[in-house]
Amino acid sequence: MSATPSIGVLGLQGDTAEHLAALGGLGVPGTPVTRPERLDDVQGLIIPGGESTTMAKLAVRYELMEPLRKHVAEGMPVYGTCAGMIMLADRVLDGIEDQQTIGGIDMTVRRNAFGRQTESFEANVRIEGAGEAPFDAVFIRAPWVESVGEDVRVLGRVTYGEKAGRIVAVRQGGLLATSFHPELTGDPRLHRLFVEMVKGQA
Amino acid sequence: MSVQKETAAVANTADNPTESTLGTTRVKRGMAEQLKNGVIMDVVTPEQAKIAEDAGAVAVMALERVPADIRADGGVARMSDPDMIDGIVSAVSIPVMAKARIGHFVEAQVLQSLGVDFIDESEVLTPADEAHHIDKLAFTVPFVCGATSISEALRRIGEGAAMIRSKGEAGTGNVVEATRHMRAIRSEIKRLGTLDEVELFAAAKELRAPYDVVKEVARIGKLPVPLFSAGGVATPADAAMMRQLGAESVFVGSGIFKSDEPGKRADAIVQATLHYDDPSVVAKVSRGLGTAMVGINLDNLDETERYAGRGW
Repeated sequence: MSATPSIGVLGLQGDTAEHLAALGGLGVPGTPVTRPERLDDVQGLIIPGGESTTMAKLAVRYELMEPLRKHVAEGMPVYGTCAGMIMLADRVLDGIEDQQTIGGIDMTVRRNAFGRQTESFEANVRIEGAGEAPFDAVFIRAPWVESVGEDVRVLGRVTYGEKAGRIVAVRQGGLLATSFHPELTGDPRLHRLFVEMVKGQA
Repeated sequence: MSVQKETAAVANTADNPTESTLGTTRVKRGMAEQLKNGVIMDVVTPEQAKIAEDAGAVAVMALERVPADIRADGGVARMSDPDMIDGIVSAVSIPVMAKARIGHFVEAQVLQSLGVDFIDESEVLTPADEAHHIDKLAFTVPFVCGATSISEALRRIGEGAAMIRSKGEAGTGNVVEATRHMRAIRSEIKRLGTLDEVELFAAAKELRAPYDVVKEVARIGKLPVPLFSAGGVATPADAAMMRQLGAESVFVGSGIFKSDEPGKRADAIVQATLHYDDPSVVAKVSRGLGTAMVGINLDNLDETERYAGRGW
């Protein structure tokens, strides 16, 4: 594994550019991935926020879904934010009929669990393994993790109000997922953690 | 992290870990970021909304009449019937946008209470205020506004818009105005990047725009919110051209459901928007789409029939 890995950001739809900027800030070359063959050129992949149903539909239609599943099965590290978390879930609630995912994390994710856009919010969330200070986490039509299998490590939960205790960050092996969007706030800690995972150092 | 999007400076922050804050600037602009690379399609019925969703639209704009019909019908165009908006909200799972008249803050309050995900303060409807746009900072729902120039764009951002789109000339199927607006906005952004501090003060005055927004644009070389294109996009090649001119994505209004085969055209525009820099893809998806909307030559459009001049 090279000292600075090349990391792809799925570019079908969503805030791909913000993830590329976050990687750039860490000195890691990022590359947008819109075609299956590009997956062979990267050592890790970020699946950005966006609209999960649209992203899944386009991944199937443009023949990316199977190659994505194959790379995940072969152990490629992947970090999913928001829609990306849904894409990494083995099971989805409140999706569209036959919503497809890449899967890989043994969890059930509830889509738009925190509500529609008028209920979207910002809150502080502590993430295990990413420092003491809480993240200023931005939740946008965000999902939460309803339940996890025994191999999944829960890294963070919301801590306020009626939603207190809901899981919003998880990791299973080389797969990392958050309900919120660190790419929107300039806090590099989760991207740094993921880069270390890709290097095999975390 | 100078390369990150500079939203932190203006955003509210939730310092207390036991609390959360709804509808912050970051939450609103963040929602706009999630729609990038996706196509937003005008729909007037739940059935059309399903067709748009199946074709890969990232959001739908719920309205009673597409702009081409608003033009044909004349009269005052207003916010849609809440029943109609509810019908579309329950038909699809993707985000739903709806239009309020320029300056009509009560229509916006109603749309927010209906739970729409984004409001378009739109020149396609008949303006309700001749001097004031809606105070968008007062809402938790994000707004998109049209602009023909950087001056308009920056004023709308100052008022709280979370996304800017070109105005184009909606309902004409003619992309020439959208091209003009995209080129104007992009070249003005470049010009701001060449100015020093003192000149930026003068630029803010000339542009009648808030100084802090002007300065931010000069520093980051783009708007602090996503820039989409709208108005007259009717073909996959139109959509790809708007992307190549710097739009982060496109709205398609009358262009889809005023054409022969809406589902097929919608799918083609989605693909052309994604692979906008690959002419072979644009060529492939442009085949066999049937007839596009007929469209209107803008030379034949009276000044009073032009929408782009609405708003200021």
